[in-house]
Amino acid sequence: MNTLSRYRWWFVTAAFLVAFTLFTAEFQQAQTTAVLAATLRQSTPLVLGALCGILCERSGVINIGIEGQMLMSAFAGFVVASSTGDLLLGVTAGIACGMLMGAFLAFLSVSLRGDQIIAGTVLNIAAIGLTSFFFQTGRSLPSGKTSRIKLGPLADLPILGRVFFSNRPLTYLTLLLVPVIWYALFRTTWGLRTRAVGEHPSAAETVGISVVRVRYMNLILGGGIAGLGGAYLSLEAVGSFERMMTNGKGFVALAVMIFGRWNPIGAWGAALLFGYANAVQTQFQFRGWLADDPQFIGMMPFIVTIVVVAGFVGRARPPASIGQPYSRE
Amino acid sequence: MDDTNPQTPDQPSTSIPAALEAVGIGKRFDTVIANQDVNLRIEKGQIHALLGENGAGKSTLVNILFGLYHADEGEIRINGTPVRMDSPRDAIQHRIGMVHQHFQLVPVLTVAENIVLGHEPTRGRWLLDLDRAAAEVTELAERFGLAIDPRAKVEDLPVGIQQRVEILRALYRKADVLILDEPTAVLTPQETDHLLTVLRGLAAEGVAIVFITHKLREVLAVADRVTVMRGGRVVGSTTPAETDEAGLAEMMVGRSVVLRVAKTEARPEANVLEVRDLHVRDDRDRPAVDGLSLEIRAGEIFGIAGVDGNGQRELVEAMTGLRIIEDGTVLLDGTDITGRSPRQISELGVAHIPEDREKHGLIGQHSIADNLVLNRYFRTPYAKRGIRQHAAINDDAERLVADYDIRTESIRAPARTLSGGNKQKVITARELSHGARLLVASQPTRGIDVGSIEFVHQQIVGQRDSGIAVLLVSAELDEILSLADRIGVIFKGRLVTVADAADLDRATIGRLMTAGST
Repeated sequence: MNTLSRYRWWFVTAAFLVAFTLFTAEFQQAQTTAVLAATLRQSTPLVLGALCGILCERSGVINIGIEGQMLMSAFAGFVVASSTGDLLLGVTAGIACGMLMGAFLAFLSVSLRGDQIIAGTVLNIAAIGLTSFFFQTGRSLPSGKTSRIKLGPLADLPILGRVFFSNRPLTYLTLLLVPVIWYALFRTTWGLRTRAVGEHPSAAETVGISVVRVRYMNLILGGGIAGLGGAYLSLEAVGSFERMMTNGKGFVALAVMIFGRWNPIGAWGAALLFGYANAVQTQFQFRGWLADDPQFIGMMPFIVTIVVVAGFVGRARPPASIGQPYSRE
Repeated sequence: MDDTNPQTPDQPSTSIPAALEAVGIGKRFDTVIANQDVNLRIEKGQIHALLGENGAGKSTLVNILFGLYHADEGEIRINGTPVRMDSPRDAIQHRIGMVHQHFQLVPVLTVAENIVLGHEPTRGRWLLDLDRAAAEVTELAERFGLAIDPRAKVEDLPVGIQQRVEILRALYRKADVLILDEPTAVLTPQETDHLLTVLRGLAAEGVAIVFITHKLREVLAVADRVTVMRGGRVVGSTTPAETDEAGLAEMMVGRSVVLRVAKTEARPEANVLEVRDLHVRDDRDRPAVDGLSLEIRAGEIFGIAGVDGNGQRELVEAMTGLRIIEDGTVLLDGTDITGRSPRQISELGVAHIPEDREKHGLIGQHSIADNLVLNRYFRTPYAKRGIRQHAAINDDAERLVADYDIRTESIRAPARTLSGGNKQKVITARELSHGARLLVASQPTRGIDVGSIEFVHQQIVGQRDSGIAVLLVSAELDEILSLADRIGVIFKGRLVTVADAADLDRATIGRLMTAGST
């Protein structure tokens, strides 16, 4: 199968969306810009969650605890940033918290060879419980959330400038992480070994690769990225912490990862699609269109999810060893 | 049986140290003793065959030598120096390479990626240099006469070539000792011959080779030295010149064995099975059986020879109702059974010994007695008005356990506790005590001990003599040759030849299996 036919649906979808956007931009430039900017904003935590999922699952470990990792990191990042007043320190704390939870997941699923779904569920439940218990109202960020950085003259371009070149730091970082992780996964020794471990761990072991080490490393790295996603939510998107603020984004990230076929670039495209559906929905509600049926509009992102996952994913093939604890003897 | 373990553990008997030496190796899994006081000495430039039945401890031993298992006791020496072998990484560092029975290749990666995995050529510290990897693989392949496309995906390659990738991978790591675990189990006769030639070439270059097999002919053809294992111990060591097939078989089993099945001329009668223009798809929805027709008469064994994956599995599943038939008809005694359910087909008199006995032949957690009535538990006298009749079930089980020599302490023991050979006897007993008209036997002796093979073969021939039609599918050409009255060679879902067994020889069948024509 050549590349063109393999990605046919992507091209069709992308072409349709671009045409639709240009069409609306002609009449409603402000709204179009707002929708596109919201698309990018909405997609950022999904991309980070999906990247975490990719790192874990490519090494053969299912991580359904992304939701919990993001929630806990959002909390840790917010607590540190609000008490020290240092946003960078807050982001670092979020990443560290994610890594710690990644290590815990690795301990449960790699060292103890526990059921990976249950291990991930443990993270989710622990995160909900702990953040709700320690949550205090009235805290705020002394310096406000991360501030917008305009990339010189690029920021003045029509539509694109506002959408791509006038964002906050973690959004830029996410846009950078996508190609970096893609490159690492498919062009470095680490990536080759990760994929080998995820597909056929005993084959990797027989050529001298430590399956346990690779899985630990990937789960911790992935946790760090999910942690960044959490920090994004509390320190960049909202500017405070709210109970259950992840609101299922960690699970949608898994759908994004699958729709993107465990490929960072694919996941990015998938996240944009989900983000777009969400942004359009918000815009509809904001404008009061179809105001008689708000439930219908609220449903849109989920309909997109169902259609996309059911219709497009079809033949997506997950890493072969996924979900199976590895032991040598 | 001649000299057991020529050297004592502490003093090597020769002045030149062995390339690889195992001394007093012991290993147990829970209560099972897999290896006990095993000594093995592999010389540089020698092909050393390690012979034994399934469960004799050969695989355990080589997995210990390769660092995959950890020995409970004993020592491994390389060139006379004791070494620690904690992981395959250690083994690779000591220049030991292994070709695994179940290939340890990553299907979705390319040949070159698989070969360099773990020892990747890089630009800088991290960047993969796949061009250099491909070039190195090509060079290596040419040097050893193992031509290969380094950029092909492993999953697209036939097994023979995949094995080549495994050998190249060991050579890429500059192995001085090459361990091959049952390398010929998956190969056609031609591929086997080629492999043996390659091994001789490697030995001539000074590589020490450990060759695990249970095929006696190969041992005699290629080995410089043979070590025989039984029940986790080394029972003897000899050379091909000092022994023959019967001698080796006796060492393996511990008693004399009938290697060839005693069998009279077939007296075939009317057609029992007629398959016409059958089309069946595989799990990936590709045509697997592609216009196949065959006829089997009462009182004959029809053997299907072929390389695994040419539609045998789909053919068997289609005929037993386990897979949807796309097109064509299957007639049993003139009755159309196309598209009938597995139970209907079984009730009409088709007995089935499935290829994967663990998965399709038995319910491991259920008792032996329950497994023996799996195909008739719903009928009187085993059930009355939906209530199971344990007395009838148990009586039947006791009788079958005795008749078929199933070695178990109780008919109430779970079937999974039986050995492979006894599991196969349970299946055989169940299927053949059912009043069958046709027996479909797929790989009936795969992975079972020589004693059970003998028994299963006798049963199959006995059924034939009592007037049943037998369809035998086997990847073991020897099995087809010794049992079948007529042979069909399957290639890409079609029978490319159908002939009387007497008119076909091993070489012809081998060529047909791989090329579809002579």
